[in-house]
Amino acid sequence: MSATAKTLTLHLGLLAVLFALQFVLPAYHHGNLARIMVLASYAVGYNILFGYTGLLSLGHALFFAAGMYGMGLTIQYAGFTPAPALIVGILAGAVVAAALALLALRTTGVAFLIVTLMFAQAGYLTILYFGEYTRGDEGFVIQAFDRMLWGIDLSNPENRYFAAWGLFAVCLLLCLRLVRAPFGKTLVAIRENEERVRMLGYNTFAHKWGAMVISGTISAAAGAFYGLLFGYAGATFASVQYSIFPLLWVLLGGAGTVLGPFVGTLFMFYLIDLSSGVTTAYLLIVGVALVLLTLFAPQGLTGELRRRVWRWLP
Amino acid sequence: MELGPYILLASLEGAVTAAVLALTAVGLSLVFGVMRVVNIAHGEFFMLGAVIAWFVAQTVGGHPALGFVAALVIAPLVVGAIAAAADMTILKRIDYDPERTIVATIGLLYIIQQLTLMTYGPEARPVEAPFNQRLAIPWFEWGEEGFEFYFPWGLSTTTYKLAVIGAAGVVLVGVWLMMARTRIGLLMRATQADRDMALAFGIPVERVYALVFGIGAALAALAAVLIVPIQQAHYLMGADPLLLSFIVVIIGGLGSLPGTVVAAIFIGLSDGIISVFFSPTLAKILATLLVGLVLVFRPQGLFGTRAA
Repeated sequence: MSATAKTLTLHLGLLAVLFALQFVLPAYHHGNLARIMVLASYAVGYNILFGYTGLLSLGHALFFAAGMYGMGLTIQYAGFTPAPALIVGILAGAVVAAALALLALRTTGVAFLIVTLMFAQAGYLTILYFGEYTRGDEGFVIQAFDRMLWGIDLSNPENRYFAAWGLFAVCLLLCLRLVRAPFGKTLVAIRENEERVRMLGYNTFAHKWGAMVISGTISAAAGAFYGLLFGYAGATFASVQYSIFPLLWVLLGGAGTVLGPFVGTLFMFYLIDLSSGVTTAYLLIVGVALVLLTLFAPQGLTGELRRRVWRWLP
Repeated sequence: MELGPYILLASLEGAVTAAVLALTAVGLSLVFGVMRVVNIAHGEFFMLGAVIAWFVAQTVGGHPALGFVAALVIAPLVVGAIAAAADMTILKRIDYDPERTIVATIGLLYIIQQLTLMTYGPEARPVEAPFNQRLAIPWFEWGEEGFEFYFPWGLSTTTYKLAVIGAAGVVLVGVWLMMARTRIGLLMRATQADRDMALAFGIPVERVYALVFGIGAALAALAAVLIVPIQQAHYLMGADPLLLSFIVVIIGGLGSLPGTVVAAIFIGLSDGIISVFFSPTLAKILATLLVGLVLVFRPQGLFGTRAA
């Protein structure tokens, strides 16, 4: 089999397995997996900027929250139905990402990270400041009767799973297509050596800007779907923690691999799920995982797999 | 109260914030300047200082001053040792790569915070101040009978708060003397200027790094011990100092110590004054936006002239 055929088989196979799983999983894991697929879509978006372009952002919660609140607030106050509200959410994320990218990409390295962190923090505080509308930390519930998409009730677990699967499938295939396209290859080249790419005549700024907008848009889509599927929007999703989580998932699963974000999210979700039976200090696990990863497996799980077994993995 | 006394009160409170902030931020700035890494766990070292101060004060007992002085010595030493150990076991092994260091220190942040939660618990606990006399401050104005003094209600400070400002000043001068006048300061500056050249001249760069990381954390712990009689010790108290130190270090110019102190005073005072008149959340929004924009348009900082 050629590398392309192998790649397609693997990724479509994963999607098929995930699709089939909904008929066999018990209710608890069924709900978990739906959540994991939405969060993994967020991680896929993060990975495009961090894994493929090599830009470490600590501000993706801003995009996630832009999607979530763009969707939630229009349903809550403008009386939108879910379909236009989702579009508003995704567009909000795209606009925020486009604007922030124009500013933040003027810096590099650690400064880029701090600029994204600061703007995300400002966004989080803004949500708290307008607590009258956003209900701040407490958040607001999106009622079940507001969550009917084209006559499909998204508060029903089966429909929810299917919607989460659809979102994840779109994000995964989009990412796969992107990294195999010339644009994606240029991003990888920028990650490896930006000066050389610039010298070869590429507009590196435009490429990085594009990557950040795509990454932010996917993150916003995940945020909008998360709010809609689970019926809740709260300021916690805009906090630094939700910028660190996708970083952790991607690092764990393998930065710069298409499957990595899903593997990392799945692994981390169940690690926290299992450990929360033992202790409430589940963030301790997050901390230990981060330190161990940077020390021993900077490539992540999928990255190690690629290094040792499947060299063709995209 | 009228506007004048109000502003004076806000600036006094702001000066205490500024003093503690200057110590914390100088620690962060020192680490960034010499090692070129950003320590996200800095706020947790601050928190650890406050928590250890509480433990020490509980164990020592007797007159509050006794426990406080013991905490003032023990907390920075313990925190410094923990930080140096973290440097040698973690940061050294990832070769101080800037981005991986950030990820590792985020991990460290969660580890320290959650271990504190598991041992110390979620309560906020106070440490008694060694001395705490209330000082009323006079205010004057032109009345009907000319120039008159009076003591507006609520306009007061405590001897302890003034002592915090003084102590922070002494420590900052100490740090400056260490950097400028001692051999170890010379080694640090040499490492900062050119790591490879320093190594070639036989400077034990790795030991200098561990020392700098330890001193940076110890400064944060010291600041926390000073503030803990005013503000209680709590396992989540590290977030605000971290954010504010970041703001200060960036506005002051990354790695520039004098710039950091100037920015700490500026941010501390304006934070105090803005928080009194507007919402504290708004003050923080403005400060974070300012930092983002400063980094984008003036990466050397508002007060720095050196390129970062």
